[in-house]
Amino acid sequence: MTSDNVLTVSGFSVLYDVEPPVEAVKDVSLELRRGEILGLAGESGCGKTTLAYGIQRLLRPPAVITSGSAVFHDESGTDVDLGSLTDEQMRRFRWDKVSMVFQGAMNALNPVMTIGEQLGDVFTTHRPGTSRAERTARCGDLLEMVGVGRERLRSYPHELSGGMRQRVMIAMALALRPQLMVMDEPTTALDVLVQREILQQISQLRAELGFSVVLITHDLPLLLEISDRIAVMKDGRVVEVGTASDIYHRAQHEYTRRLLGSFPSLTGDRGDFVRTGAGTSEEVAS
Amino acid sequence: MSVLELSHVTKRYRVRGAGDMLALDDVSVTIASGRTVALVGQSGSGKSTIAKIITQLERATSGQVLLDGAPVPRRGRALRRYRQQVRMVFQDPFASLNPYHTVRHHLERPLRLDHVVPAEEVEAEVHRLLERVRLDPAATVDRRPHELSGGQRQRVAIARALASRPSLLVADEPVSMLDVSIRLGVLNLLADLQRERDLGVLYITHDLATARHFSDEIVVLHRGRVVERGPADDVILRPQHEYTQALLAASPDPDKHFAQTREGTRR
Ligand SMILES: Nc1ncnc2c1ncn2[C@@H]1O[C@H](COP(=O)(O)OP(=O)(O)OP(=O)(O)O)[C@@H](O)[C@H]1O
Ligand SMILES: Nc1ncnc2c1ncn2[C@@H]1O[C@H](COP(=O)(O)OP(=O)(O)OP(=O)(O)O)[C@@H](O)[C@H]1O
Ligand SMILES: [Mg+2]
Ligand SMILES: [Mg+2]
Repeated sequence: MTSDNVLTVSGFSVLYDVEPPVEAVKDVSLELRRGEILGLAGESGCGKTTLAYGIQRLLRPPAVITSGSAVFHDESGTDVDLGSLTDEQMRRFRWDKVSMVFQGAMNALNPVMTIGEQLGDVFTTHRPGTSRAERTARCGDLLEMVGVGRERLRSYPHELSGGMRQRVMIAMALALRPQLMVMDEPTTALDVLVQREILQQISQLRAELGFSVVLITHDLPLLLEISDRIAVMKDGRVVEVGTASDIYHRAQHEYTRRLLGSFPSLTGDRGDFVRTGAGTSEEVAS
Repeated sequence: MSVLELSHVTKRYRVRGAGDMLALDDVSVTIASGRTVALVGQSGSGKSTIAKIITQLERATSGQVLLDGAPVPRRGRALRRYRQQVRMVFQDPFASLNPYHTVRHHLERPLRLDHVVPAEEVEAEVHRLLERVRLDPAATVDRRPHELSGGQRQRVAIARALASRPSLLVADEPVSMLDVSIRLGVLNLLADLQRERDLGVLYITHDLATARHFSDEIVVLHRGRVVERGPADDVILRPQHEYTQALLAASPDPDKHFAQTREGTRR
């Protein structure tokens, strides 16, 4: 039943046409349900960011989408093949229907504009009717929601810590209440307490507004807690998709099992992942 | 043997329209050769500010930074020498690598400037460095930063910092974008260098598990103040301050999570 889905990706492949060519994404098929949080995990360089960019047509040469499609199922009932949109259509579509928190988001803010101006711009561009006072209030609320505090509206990006900048980008992605949020490593600079608060906010909003989230992260313990389903990628392919509980208790793929097994325990013994002498460590082979 | 000491350091910033803010309040930290100190704490609590003060990218409002008992040089050749000895891995690999230069250039530069190896061995040393951070040299050396994934960039930044063979490394969230296997690989590399070359490390992180397993001492920062410090196991297993306790309680623990949701027992 496609009406329950917000996104259907089929047979998606991406190639970086360099010498030698890099097949970054290979024949990926995924479905994202409305209101669902889908976790995407996998080792560094396996193609997660490329897949996220590809779906939203953000890739530039030498990247080439060699096969497949991504179809967005709008709430209104229309299906939109993202590959068929013009650049201008896609630009409007992004933010409004789909928003993205980029990996390296803390570097994505404009250094010569204040936080308030940049958040405000999202409303000026996409919600032209919003009054100045309402804009300021909304921007302040967004900052409060991610725990940065509205007194930072007048700050410049370099005056915020890495994690604060990351949170501003999350606030920006939430601003227009899109139907789908793609977040690529959104919490690398956040301590676990702040991370938890923000993810709770997102979960709560999701319950209210019914949007879906693709959450890309290396933090498997976090994914297990927050995701409805988890997809595991390896060398450009999705090797396993399942509910968080299935992945945790009954992982099918050898790679997933090794991934789960290699997390150092916070309170347990050092274990053999920490090399204490000349010996070798238990490592997940790539 | 080098000892770097941050002594009673205070840093005040101005927040536009909101007056002054005390980013660091009387902070003292010591890093020494052969040891790792982990710095953990709240986002915005002043961790990167400490790193920037150590590497002289920011000035302390008051307090001292001492290397082997002497104040750290503030300019000129002495500062350059200091920065060769005390290297930094920046929090954001998307901003700290030069988009116009290849990976090779990023690594060759410190090797040549600091005369780490004879000119004819530079190429081989570049390959060695890449291998040590688990990057494939052949596939990586001629790429520019934007042609690499986030985690690959992060590893280039680490390799660059290690190129000059510093005696102390200030690493600001150096492995935050790495999956657990490569993360452990890189941390094990630092542990190896600690044994081989007596490297001292300040490891800034929010990953409490690796902070515990890879460091001797943990310092917990909260709102610009050190609220707890001690041997790694003590801080993690027997936290005293309520902030540390809250932090540990909030760490994701799948076992606990599935036990609570009863998913674990349902079959
Ligand atoms: N412009 C490019 N030219 C050539 N290869 C590229 C380019 N951009 C990315 N790649 C390669 O494509 C592969 C997939 O990269 P991608 O950024 O999608 O990985 P990722 O899963 O997001 O990794 P990470 O977790 O480290 O961010 C990597 O091997 C990367 O080196
Ligand atoms: N140049 C600046 N001007 C004004 N305030 C600043 C400046 N640099 C940092 N700050 C403020 O100092 C505080 C500490 O920032 P710092 O970057 O040291 O935090 P952090 O512990 O590294 O946080 P994170 O974990 O999020 O990276 C923050 O409130 C930040 O906004
Ligand atoms: Mg990525
Ligand atoms: Mg920081």
